[in-house]
Amino acid sequence: MSEIQAVSSTQLETRKSKLETDLREIAQDVVSRAMAGGATAAEAVVREGDEFSTTVRLGHVETLKEAGSRAIGVRVFFGKRAASTYSSDFSREGLDRMLNSALALAKITSEDPFSGIPEASQLGSLSGDLDLYHEDVYSLPGADRIDYARRAEKAALDFDPRIKNSEGGSFDAATGHKVLANSHGFVGEYRRSYCSVAAIPIAQDEKGGMQRDYWFSVARNLARLDPPEKVGRVAAERTIRRLGARKAKTAQVPVIFDPMVAASILEHIFEGVNGDSVYRGASFLAGKLGQKMAGDNVTVIDDGTIPGGFGTSPFDGEGIPTRRTLVIENGVLKSYLLNTYTARKLGLQTTANASRGLAGTPGIGPGNYFLQPGRKTPKEVIGEVKEGLYVTEFLGHGANLVTGDYSRGASGLWISGGEFAYPVEEITVAGNLKEMFFNISEIGNDLEFRGSVASPTLRVDGLTVGGE
Amino acid sequence: MAHEQFFFQHYGLTQPDLQRYLAAALSAGGDYADLYFEFLSSTSLMVDESMVKSASQGISAGCGIRVVSGERTGYAYTDDLSPERILHAARTAALIASGPAKTPSVGFQQTQARSLYPVTLPSVDAEITAKVELVMRADAAARAYNPRVKEVRASYSDELRNILVVTTDGTFAEDSQPLARLNVSCIAKTEQQSGRGSSGGGGRVALDFFFGEKTPEHFAKEAARQAILQLDAKEAPAGEMEVVLGPGWPGVLLHEAVGHGLEADFNRKKTSAFAGLVGRRVASENCTVVDNGTMPWRRGSLNVDDEGEPTQETVLIENGILKGYLSDKLSARLMGIADTGNGRRESYEHIPMPRMTNTYMLAGQDNPEDIIRSVKHGVYAVNFGGGQVDITNGKFVFSASEAYMIEEGHITAPIKGATLIGNGPDVLTRVSMVGNDLQLDEGVGTCGKDGQAVPVGVGIPTIKIDRLTVGGTARKDTGGFMQ
Repeated sequence: MSEIQAVSSTQLETRKSKLETDLREIAQDVVSRAMAGGATAAEAVVREGDEFSTTVRLGHVETLKEAGSRAIGVRVFFGKRAASTYSSDFSREGLDRMLNSALALAKITSEDPFSGIPEASQLGSLSGDLDLYHEDVYSLPGADRIDYARRAEKAALDFDPRIKNSEGGSFDAATGHKVLANSHGFVGEYRRSYCSVAAIPIAQDEKGGMQRDYWFSVARNLARLDPPEKVGRVAAERTIRRLGARKAKTAQVPVIFDPMVAASILEHIFEGVNGDSVYRGASFLAGKLGQKMAGDNVTVIDDGTIPGGFGTSPFDGEGIPTRRTLVIENGVLKSYLLNTYTARKLGLQTTANASRGLAGTPGIGPGNYFLQPGRKTPKEVIGEVKEGLYVTEFLGHGANLVTGDYSRGASGLWISGGEFAYPVEEITVAGNLKEMFFNISEIGNDLEFRGSVASPTLRVDGLTVGGE
Repeated sequence: MAHEQFFFQHYGLTQPDLQRYLAAALSAGGDYADLYFEFLSSTSLMVDESMVKSASQGISAGCGIRVVSGERTGYAYTDDLSPERILHAARTAALIASGPAKTPSVGFQQTQARSLYPVTLPSVDAEITAKVELVMRADAAARAYNPRVKEVRASYSDELRNILVVTTDGTFAEDSQPLARLNVSCIAKTEQQSGRGSSGGGGRVALDFFFGEKTPEHFAKEAARQAILQLDAKEAPAGEMEVVLGPGWPGVLLHEAVGHGLEADFNRKKTSAFAGLVGRRVASENCTVVDNGTMPWRRGSLNVDDEGEPTQETVLIENGILKGYLSDKLSARLMGIADTGNGRRESYEHIPMPRMTNTYMLAGQDNPEDIIRSVKHGVYAVNFGGGQVDITNGKFVFSASEAYMIEEGHITAPIKGATLIGNGPDVLTRVSMVGNDLQLDEGVGTCGKDGQAVPVGVGIPTIKIDRLTVGGTARKDTGGFMQ
């Protein structure tokens, strides 16, 4: 009968702390065994995480999910050849198999003069508390977690009688622990926590037409999470205002990007200044360092050091302390975003933007990456538009960084006489990024981080809106 | 099947163990529970600048446990396949229910074995040097195609997924699912212009597929051709016009416009623009659309779905009339409809839900040349990137990466990439011609839903859509533009 009892959380905690103290040793042991196996350099990463999520739909619990997992990856070098392997099996045999296949695999890759781990002198970790980990994301009893989801959905359903259905309210929490070790003797680790509450209401008009939108709050600790009622209310407002949407006429008009969709413009810039695209010539911004690529009002910063930030970590995916990088200053391209490999390829210094998955070569990822806000309120920016489009959602991924061609599906609100006139949908927004960066004519003062990439409200001129 | 009883052999699992885990899952009651064991091994290789820069291999294993009680689902998983951890996960998932323990049925019924991808040597176990040869040959062929091809990246990846699904309704299903894919992307450059192209393919095939049927040269030439073509592309038009889709991968239209909207979970919750439309006209008479998980060797095919149900061919739209939905066990039970074997999940860490397999439109009567000839002014789109859909309002997009203008019945200049946007429930009612040239894609599709990625296939014959919005930048006419 003992099998029927639910395992208490103290048993869970014991298992966790025992594993966590082992992770550093495991990572270091894998590195030293790789070196003993003949590697000239090696790097190991161990990741462990727990997740909880629940969805409440129309007042009833729909899903409850709770689990934890861990995995290890190793990258080995024989001179200038490299290979990587990973495993979720931490048994001695599992780790041996992982190491042996990495050592064998490295023999079939090519000599690449720029490959290798960073120099020993570059390695390190930011000191001090970066405010990334709060155990309180798991502090709520199960019933209260469900209640967070329920309250968010209820606030949306109660907001307006036209909110008639829902994809639910949800509450999620997660913690992660990461250890990185390499053959220069570096070993670093950090933990991060995360929680979020969201609502996805569905509104229906008298003709039966349905619209869905969403809103969420995300934070590294519970205390900083918006009240579920606020999340539900905003979600409902965003959904209601889409009811009765129609197509717009094909036209060239000013387009205002709300902060959520404006962040996608920042992502396109990121892809364009990413060292991997730059050395391959896969970006029209390759070779433009020191040149004007946007209007004077555009300043873009990447900063992996901001305490509590969603893009913050004490070191990057290769063990280099994160930093603040001025990417674009008053429209001039000041720096690419690089990891060790792409920096060597381009004869530059890494910007500590290496992102390391379990397998493969490190990629490049943002820290806290944002566009410097302007002075006008979003209301003022909208108020200056006679006829134009306010975009609240994009569909599809139609940006080509090789050519700059840009074409995306959109929905939002039509602006007439400086005010929202009616909702629009089934339209496209098209242009070329090369010109768009220069045509950012207004930048709002409403910068808020809801993830690692953030932008204030933007106005871009010269775009073609495709519709009827 | 090569890996019969994989988990019994490699993890010492026994039938009584499975009974014990299921009993723990139903320890607080519930209507149903299942266990999904997964062992995934994978390889990937990448060549860039004619060097093999990246090679990796990996293994992940785990077990996901689901308990269903009414409309409620409890889920937990473990990457440690020891009895203690599986029992712990089972009891965590059990917390969704709150009643007296139930006893699962005794004994399992093995799902009838089927063999849609009978590879003798799974590619993941094949010699790595042969895989290196594939990416190196792809690189050489793309560079040889044209001196303006400046950058080439070729990648190869494969995996073998061994699964075991056991359920409290007595299902016992095993499968060993190979998957391989070769991909080439190119950048072409002149002093003034740049272009990019990409091509790839594969399926649930062995490595010899890439040495016989579809060679690295085949994919490399196609990627290079697209990149070169883009150098001369002119501005795409903006606004509503006639659109002709070429055969094969443009079937992504069906995946976005109707496929997702017909997944049963959205219709059970009435959150889909297609909810309540069964028996109604949603396409013109010449359109019949199916989802078929039983096509041999295909990327979207499965012997059994991730709930242990055999996959099948399901008619979604027949001569323009909506026939039904794609369901998993939960939707089938709650909606009182048949389970179509479309319950899929990304891995043991994920809850299964209704997903597509291979979705395509059956061939029609029209000659593709006649279809082009019938267009006065429109767009001919033959290659696409991805797409996306808003299930609730039905609006979908898909992005053309290779397209041409049609003027007075003739294909003219290539145009730049552009997004096409439409409304799912009525776009197919404007299909006026359907070609006799059905093709399936080459095996590159990956579909995302709720953060879960699964491999899928699409297909379509050449079709003509009388009116669709094209998202270019060029003016259609001088009127209608506001400053």
